[in-house]
Amino acid sequence: MLTKIYENLIVKTICRIMIPFIQIYALYVIAHGHYSPGGGFQGGVILAAALALIFLAYGQEPVVRRLTPNLALSLCGIGVFIYAGTGLLCLLSGGNFLDYARLAPILGVAIPRARSLGIFGVEIGVGLAVMTAMYSIIIDVAGNSASPDRHAASSSPENLNNNAEPAA
Amino acid sequence: MIWQLDLLILVFVIICALAAINIKDLLSAVIILGAYSFLMCLLWAEMGAVDVAFTEASVAAAVSTILFVGAVLKTTRRSKD
Repeated sequence: MLTKIYENLIVKTICRIMIPFIQIYALYVIAHGHYSPGGGFQGGVILAAALALIFLAYGQEPVVRRLTPNLALSLCGIGVFIYAGTGLLCLLSGGNFLDYARLAPILGVAIPRARSLGIFGVEIGVGLAVMTAMYSIIIDVAGNSASPDRHAASSSPENLNNNAEPAA
Repeated sequence: MIWQLDLLILVFVIICALAAINIKDLLSAVIILGAYSFLMCLLWAEMGAVDVAFTEASVAAAVSTILFVGAVLKTTRRSKD
């Protein structure tokens, strides 16, 4: 439904130009989360927005082929595991939960460097979890693989007229 | 923090909020809600909360607008009331 309307060369070309910059910016936001505004959550949301842009411009099929919803949910769990695992590693080393200074002997670096790396690991975990969770929500809400009977019930004549407007 | 700028953005925020409530076309309401979120983001940034402004811009102005557009396209575009 969403995919049929906006089959448009201009939208496709602009998306093709914009998406790499959006994704690089999202990685920048994640990587610089501990000394500038931003962080794992915002970077993950921007990554999910880039995926949604591909979804809007090219339809559901190319996105779902690269990142299936089941793989997305698995990656979401892995992201939470990275976050919790960093905290538990600190806990097992004798410190508090997410006490990054205890990671210094494991990583073999000085304590300030260990704090920086620990926060970076947590940011990566949060970014992965947020990106895949947002992606799953977007696919569930806007995807065309919802239950077919609900899909048929929603295509009332009024709705069909509204959808025909942009294509005309 | 310039209070004149604060006041100007606040007036625009209130105008956008009232327009989003009162308009009948739901797709237009979604777009106005996106403008509202962006103005809120400007207000946060102007008041010094850059991190909150970042979250507002990425979540409210981008992702929730997409979700609302998806919901409007799956249901109906005209409001009944």
